[in-house]
Amino acid sequence: MQDKKDFPQQAGLPPATRRQFIGGVGALVLGASLLPVGMRAAHAAPKQGGSVRFAINDGAQTDSLDPATWQSSFTQVVFGGTLCNALTELAADGTATPDLAESFSASDDLKVWTFKLRQNLQFHDGKPVTANDVIESFRHHMGPSSSSAAKALVEGIADIKDGGDDTIVFTLTGGNADFPYLVSDCHLVVLPAKDGGGLDWARGVATGPYIIEDSQPGVSVRMKRNPNYHKPGQPYFDTVEFVNIIDVAARTNALLTGEIDYMVDADIKTLKLLERNAEIEISKVSGLRHFSFSMNTSVAPFDNPDVRMAIKYAIDREDIVNKAFLGNAKVANDNPVAPQIAFAVNPEPVHSYDIEKAKEHLAKAGLTSLTLDLSVAETAFPNAIDAALLFKEHAAKAGIEINVIREADDGYWDNVWQHKPFVGVDWLGKPTCDSLFTTTYASNAPWNDTAWKNARFDELLVLGRAEPDTAKRQAIYAEMQQLLHDDGGALVIAYALFIDAMSKKIGHGPIGNMLQCDNFRMAERWWLA
Amino acid sequence: MHPGILSNPLFRTILARLGSGFVTLFVVSLIIFAAIAVLPGDFAKKTLGRAATPETVANFQKALGLDQPAIQRYAIWIGGAVTGDLGLSFSSGSGTPRTVTGIIGPRLENTLFLAGITALFAVPIALTLGIVAAIRRNSWLDKALNAATLASISFPEFFVAYVLMLLLAVKIPVFYSLARITPDMGAVEIFQRIALPVLTLSFGIIAHMMRMTRAAIIGLLAHPYIEMAKLKGVPPWRIVLRHALPNAWAPIAAVVAFNLAYLIVGVVVVEVVFVYPGIGQAMVDAVRTRDIPVVQGCALIFAASYILLNLLADIIAIATNPRLAHPR
Repeated sequence: MQDKKDFPQQAGLPPATRRQFIGGVGALVLGASLLPVGMRAAHAAPKQGGSVRFAINDGAQTDSLDPATWQSSFTQVVFGGTLCNALTELAADGTATPDLAESFSASDDLKVWTFKLRQNLQFHDGKPVTANDVIESFRHHMGPSSSSAAKALVEGIADIKDGGDDTIVFTLTGGNADFPYLVSDCHLVVLPAKDGGGLDWARGVATGPYIIEDSQPGVSVRMKRNPNYHKPGQPYFDTVEFVNIIDVAARTNALLTGEIDYMVDADIKTLKLLERNAEIEISKVSGLRHFSFSMNTSVAPFDNPDVRMAIKYAIDREDIVNKAFLGNAKVANDNPVAPQIAFAVNPEPVHSYDIEKAKEHLAKAGLTSLTLDLSVAETAFPNAIDAALLFKEHAAKAGIEINVIREADDGYWDNVWQHKPFVGVDWLGKPTCDSLFTTTYASNAPWNDTAWKNARFDELLVLGRAEPDTAKRQAIYAEMQQLLHDDGGALVIAYALFIDAMSKKIGHGPIGNMLQCDNFRMAERWWLA
Repeated sequence: MHPGILSNPLFRTILARLGSGFVTLFVVSLIIFAAIAVLPGDFAKKTLGRAATPETVANFQKALGLDQPAIQRYAIWIGGAVTGDLGLSFSSGSGTPRTVTGIIGPRLENTLFLAGITALFAVPIALTLGIVAAIRRNSWLDKALNAATLASISFPEFFVAYVLMLLLAVKIPVFYSLARITPDMGAVEIFQRIALPVLTLSFGIIAHMMRMTRAAIIGLLAHPYIEMAKLKGVPPWRIVLRHALPNAWAPIAAVVAFNLAYLIVGVVVVEVVFVYPGIGQAMVDAVRTRDIPVVQGCALIFAASYILLNLLADIIAIATNPRLAHPR
């Protein structure tokens, strides 16, 4: 959390690269003009009433109410965040706080977690929420024949039991201090159990702030307020409608003509025009998502740490952020842990564009020049091809010649990523150090696309997961981030921003900076000002 | 069956065309299946997302029957399609089958509705303008119509769509920029909502049909029998309507059929821009989410529409020109 100063947009200021931010008076003037609006929205008291339409961009006619299938942000926001609740939720500040659970506690070794349900919780049809509903909701994703998107998340759960008195007891295969974060995942929402076992997800009956009125998959979902919602005062809107608009120009036009009140993913190419509209607020929030070029450390020349270091110094990240992302991203420092994640640090020395150091490391590796193939496609991450071409220019000055290979978008994640040695990657991020490292950077991680194997790192990962002492965990995760930064194969270029546009009629508090759409819960947290 | 019908050359020709239509459809179904089979990317992985573990992918493939050989999968698919069963969407969960026909059905209805309204609006205008242009050949009106239609054909559809949206929804808000229609809307609102897509589509197809009509009639006007009619003192409009038009139906029907087929299969761009829930968008969604049964179903319906509409055009051509029923 200590690097907030690098992220001025969190204080309501416009995005600015560090250079602009320090030197640009214009940026400050613009910031001052935007500030009162943000403060007005943030400080006005929420009030009930009205209806609102949100436009999301990746719904499909095959969208299902089955939580095991929620892959798109449409299903995750609409069903996960608006129809349902999980035991915990990600608050706007990124902490995992109780939601359906009233409280949770762990055994000393962090292996047994006990969650106590709130009193008088009920589903949309009036049935009370019981421990059995929670257990079936988790079992839905578990088991050898599961094809759930959340299967990997629940792998560490050895057993779930009804502890009596509205408590649920999870026994894990190993200690995990981040378990409350894990159960906040939108797939692990609580739905009614069927009589005789199984999960009754098909009726669309859940516990969330809104009840489905009409759902046309791929088109729109209309919902009305849940009068028996467990959070006092919330939600604020009478009705919400989520409209699926894939085309960004159509989304923008719909916002301009008042057909919708909010659009996800504004077009950065026309953002300047949209910003001029006095009726529209642009929200820029840095999320967990980040973009990297991944080097496979098990093949030459990337198996040499000095070569990796030379490459890390041969890229001008600020130039890429300015030109390829038009300023709508934050420079990263070869650390995949985004600054708002608990225990994040900014490892020293900060990797900046330094031709001399790049050459120095090349010399250490016994090389005077180097030729590399870099595989990218537009799906690798937005504007990845532009970023790769800029990188080619930067690296050439350090004697590193990069051949940018443009791969097909189709099948990129199957045939290129984890197959070619040097590729562009779009990471959606994970809310904790542990989940990020376990899935991506541990030696046996399923997406260890850098094939990086570090015994010390693996050892620390297990220690950190089961360490109850916060100060000790901080030290463990700091060391792990330093290891990744100094030795890892991921050249992390930048953290992305969620850029959304909305009508100024919408009021909201601080917007969550982990997941899209206010950590998926905008329908519950926002109101009509 | 009455023996007289089979000896009727018109009927025999229609039957033969119908047969060849089925053969074409069969070949197309093979091509669709093969083309989708060689698409890069693993369907299970795409559906489950990058987070899927190899084990999850294997479970999923088994559940969908993707572990079976391609020939067997084709046989099951085409066997079902013949009886109107296009199979189950990959989005079917355990215990909740979702049929492809159930997914495509409402979308196809929407598309046919939009195509029908557009055709009702565009075809009469196109034919009238074509006839007027042919009668007033080389007049300023003809030249103006030619220039206008050439321009409207030349602009890409999405450009026309965005210009119309800017003018008629943003600057002068008479219509809506989103064409979402729901069952509870009244006729007036439905009209306002689909006005812009109908206009956009009409720009492209009116031009095409009008120019074809004009060309067909002008081609006929050079014939000796028209010359004869002129010498007899028949007024020009009557020459066109009574003497030329009946012989021009074949090419006009062909171009109208082509444009109607386009309205069903080719309106993806318009559907995306105006967020109209039609079958084109359904197919784009399905390709994006790798829902192969839906992609195949859409492709088959598209192929069938083309074949059927061309068949209709052929039949009209034969009916208006009996010589075509006796191929030499």
